[in-house]
Amino acid sequence: MADADMTGTVEGLAGSIPDRSTLVLPVDYAGAPMALVRALVRRGIRGLHLICAPTGGLAADILIGAGCVATIETSAVSLGEYGFAPRFRAAVEAGTLCLRDSTCPAIHAALQAGEKRIPFIPLRGIIGSDLLAARPDWKVIDNPFGQDDPIVLLPAIQPDVAALHAPLADRAGNVWIGRRRELMVMAHAATRTLVTVEAITDADLLAEERTAAGTIPALYVERVAPAAQGAWPLPFRNQYPVDDQNLRAYVAAARTQAGFDRYLAEHVFGRQRAAE
Amino acid sequence: MDASPQEFLITVLKRRIADARHIVVGALSPIPGSAALLARHESGGRIRVTIVGSARHTSFTDGGRELFDCAAQGRIDVFFLGGGQIDGAANVNMTGTGPYPTSTVRFPGAFGSAYLYYLVPRVYLFREEHSPRTLVAKVDFVTAPGSSPANVYRQGGAVGLLTNRCYMGFDRARRRFTLESVHPGHTIEDVAQATGFGFDRAEPVMTTPAPTMAELAALRGPLREAIGETYPRFAAAALRAA
Repeated sequence: MADADMTGTVEGLAGSIPDRSTLVLPVDYAGAPMALVRALVRRGIRGLHLICAPTGGLAADILIGAGCVATIETSAVSLGEYGFAPRFRAAVEAGTLCLRDSTCPAIHAALQAGEKRIPFIPLRGIIGSDLLAARPDWKVIDNPFGQDDPIVLLPAIQPDVAALHAPLADRAGNVWIGRRRELMVMAHAATRTLVTVEAITDADLLAEERTAAGTIPALYVERVAPAAQGAWPLPFRNQYPVDDQNLRAYVAAARTQAGFDRYLAEHVFGRQRAAE
Repeated sequence: MDASPQEFLITVLKRRIADARHIVVGALSPIPGSAALLARHESGGRIRVTIVGSARHTSFTDGGRELFDCAAQGRIDVFFLGGGQIDGAANVNMTGTGPYPTSTVRFPGAFGSAYLYYLVPRVYLFREEHSPRTLVAKVDFVTAPGSSPANVYRQGGAVGLLTNRCYMGFDRARRRFTLESVHPGHTIEDVAQATGFGFDRAEPVMTTPAPTMAELAALRGPLREAIGETYPRFAAAALRAA
């Protein structure tokens, strides 16, 4: 018999993520689930431990500005060509955000430890960086297989929830990601994976070798929800470009909390019935 | 042909990296990215260029970790680092000024610097703004150190620093910069006044050569679209009309 239908709605996915979850999101250009992020803001989620894999952008800045995030673990938060992430910066400088500063390969490696369900993983570099003092959960040991060879150990990252946006899923919940295999690692490492997609196909993505290799199997995926333009206003792969006007409006507005709140009113709460 | 300031810096950087096999460009780096693409163009496609975040300029198929594993394997020759502060020992601060964690001014964060600075043989520091604010005696936060004790695994680091005033080489053994060339319109005295750390002077200090007609024609012609794919706002603002 056919697999059960695993499709749902964006609001349904948002409602299934409890307050205080450890949530991992991909870097903006790899498939940030912006429609889901807006739904989380609308649902008023609080106390998130947000992990950016490996950096944050608009998704992280909006969640921070909306008061959804207690702790952020990230290598950076930036809006790329649009400059500093204003709400992240304001929250750090105000001391209202618990920071776990990292570096990109450390987040990738810790997620790999998470997918193996091993407690820690070693990584080169980092020694001599002030990041080590900022991260008491990172340890330096002497390589037990070498001599006088200090190396950093990172605790595994095993998020409660991975959330991502992808081009295509089938009804059984198989999700095509192509070469963006950091999304696969996130899905393996997390306890639950929730996915929004541009489109849902009636085909079986695992039936064809050409799509199967770039597909997160439904085994790892709890639910998929259709969200056309689901990365908006960010660009998404080769499917649509950045909404330059919206990003400019965001950067200008989010310099202040009041301006940010106006952006939310128009583009997050205002979209509830229209597009999402 | 008059070069824009950005076009000038692109060609200066390009000449430093024209012998590389594989150049990687990180986030937020339109001038290094353009330099890498120009080097690739002039090499007839021999030089491989990977730009983080670009769908077209990448050979990676195994996710975000592949770049870092690739560096560990010795398959990346050149990388670029910027930073809010750089000091005379080539320490880089990409985290923030003032006391951590609240910072007086918070920068975006480390990105991959606290790893790639150790593993890529040739790292070019690049910071357009050359002022006592950016080039400091001692960084407030060492996001990535310019040097490491002998027992710390390190196969790379800084080889030089390019700013809008000059190019300095970095001697890792002596942990000091040497002023090698000053861009047209600036002087050694200007550079010294605008630099928060002490540095040595090459004998003689050269004037940085301006872009050639051929370099500018390539940037404004065949490369405009390639640069614009990753840095649309930069390409529109910094590259002059062909």
